[in-house]
Amino acid sequence: MITVDGICKTFKVAKRSAGFIAAAKAMFKREYIAIDALRDVSFKIEEGEVVGYIGPNGAGKSTTIKVMSGILVPDSGKCEILGRTPWKERIAHVKNIGVVFGQRSQLWWDVPVIDSFELLKDIYKIPQNEYSNNLDMLVQTLDISGIINTPVRQLSLGQRMRCEIAASLLHSPRILFLDEPTIGLDAVSKIAVRNFIKKINKEKKVTVILTTHDMNDIEALAERVLLIGKGRILYDGSLKDLRNRFGANKTITVDYSENHQPIEIAGTKLLSWSPERASLYVDTKEVKVSDVISMLSDKLELTDVTVENPPIEEIIVELYKEYAL
Amino acid sequence: MKVYASVFKMRLINGLQYRTAALAGVATQFFWGFMFIMIYEAFYQNASVKQPITLEQLIDYVWLQQAFLAFITFWFRDGEIFDLITSGNIAYELCRPSGIYGFWYSKLVAQRLSSALLRCFPILIITFLLPEPYGLSVPPGVDAFIMFIVTLLLGLLVLVATSMFIYISVFYTMSPTGSQLLFNIIGDFFSGVLIPIPLMPEWLQRIVYILPFRLASDLPFRVYSGNIPVEEAMKSILIQLIWLGILVVSGRGLLGKALKRVVVQGG
Repeated sequence: MITVDGICKTFKVAKRSAGFIAAAKAMFKREYIAIDALRDVSFKIEEGEVVGYIGPNGAGKSTTIKVMSGILVPDSGKCEILGRTPWKERIAHVKNIGVVFGQRSQLWWDVPVIDSFELLKDIYKIPQNEYSNNLDMLVQTLDISGIINTPVRQLSLGQRMRCEIAASLLHSPRILFLDEPTIGLDAVSKIAVRNFIKKINKEKKVTVILTTHDMNDIEALAERVLLIGKGRILYDGSLKDLRNRFGANKTITVDYSENHQPIEIAGTKLLSWSPERASLYVDTKEVKVSDVISMLSDKLELTDVTVENPPIEEIIVELYKEYAL
Repeated sequence: MKVYASVFKMRLINGLQYRTAALAGVATQFFWGFMFIMIYEAFYQNASVKQPITLEQLIDYVWLQQAFLAFITFWFRDGEIFDLITSGNIAYELCRPSGIYGFWYSKLVAQRLSSALLRCFPILIITFLLPEPYGLSVPPGVDAFIMFIVTLLLGLLVLVATSMFIYISVFYTMSPTGSQLLFNIIGDFFSGVLIPIPLMPEWLQRIVYILPFRLASDLPFRVYSGNIPVEEAMKSILIQLIWLGILVVSGRGLLGKALKRVVVQGG
């Protein structure tokens, strides 16, 4: 459905040092540095997938999304989405996709949300009946019936974001690109957005590609993760494999009856300690979890034991570290 | 076509929300109108030779200018489009299944129309009621009036096609200030907003008649006042159409080029 093959994109960025003299100099002679936003990016996405696209700031996530939605023209490489090259057949291509840029707004600022929707209906030439069906569904599942008659400028960020998502799905696109859809949202709105994405993926078979910095989004939604750093794809696979590869470590938390001796076990790291409770970080390559527990029970009178996977955030930090991002 | 109609409608709704701005605009237009008329009155009283345009025609010229200001000046601009380009929100415009040129064009025309619709009627009605010679007179004939409407609307299309180049230039300069200023000065001068074209020296008039700027204001206003006869107006319509073609085709081409190298600002 989506094939990206060897996409490269370089941006020319004007460079100048701080200060007035540098600014005055730049009026005559400008220095540019070339920044490789994307270097040989390739991947394939099948219909109905939800793919999480992650990477640190400036890694090239948004640039990839923009290339795939036909906004940017790459310097080289091929991209085929539903049989079309986005930037060559932009108008035909964009009919099949919906895009949400979390940091931008596609709604008209001064008029009620519903007016923007009506305009989109005409822009995409959506048949009346399809439009009303989609609108009903979106208004209901995104819970925006109370706000679609309010001017956009009076909406909160969370309310606006839900309207933005609705706006990008009115024309029943087959692919949805979400560029940081949960940026700046509170927990309730985040969960609403996530549930909604799950729902349309399941019920309407919409292929979803989302970029985010919130690993909970990825954990809740994406089976597959693409990691990009410095313009290169570094990892492409399931979240589970990612965990196995980088998250081979566990955290053991034990409660015990009072003991004033700090614990020391080879292959583990003490994360926190008090006379009643300790948290240990276990590197499972060096020592097995069961061994640690038996050693602990030898030394202490345990009352409770919990073994946890490290949070996905930590895995990502590890990953970034490993690739020196 | 329907898209353009809805963009147009949207813009109109948007424009109609700002009633106070329209009222203030009307007041300003009266101030300027009276000021110009008083200056020209003094000038005509002391002129020793016969001028190529009568004072009555000139007064019509001034009032029409004030009533249709939104049709004729370049400083009437759409900040939204500038913001789109400089902030990177153009990303959204580019994922719509419509050409950017047509989309913006209809938006710009609608904006000027909505503004003019709000302002022209109070000015026209009041100036009709003003005593001679300060008031607006009726056109010399029905045919002149029809010609006036046709040239005025075509002129609007020519002007918007010209102003499109300001927006395109922002893709390169990232700041509208420079091109805006340039277009303002050139436009206001060569369209006869600063000095009515019939009062310009002959050598300057020759230059002005080659350029497209006068087609939006000078031409329709002088057709209305009878300074330009109907037969000549017919010929001018042809010139308007030719200019419209040239400007739209080159604007489209240039915008297409700019979009190829577009950089979406701000990540």
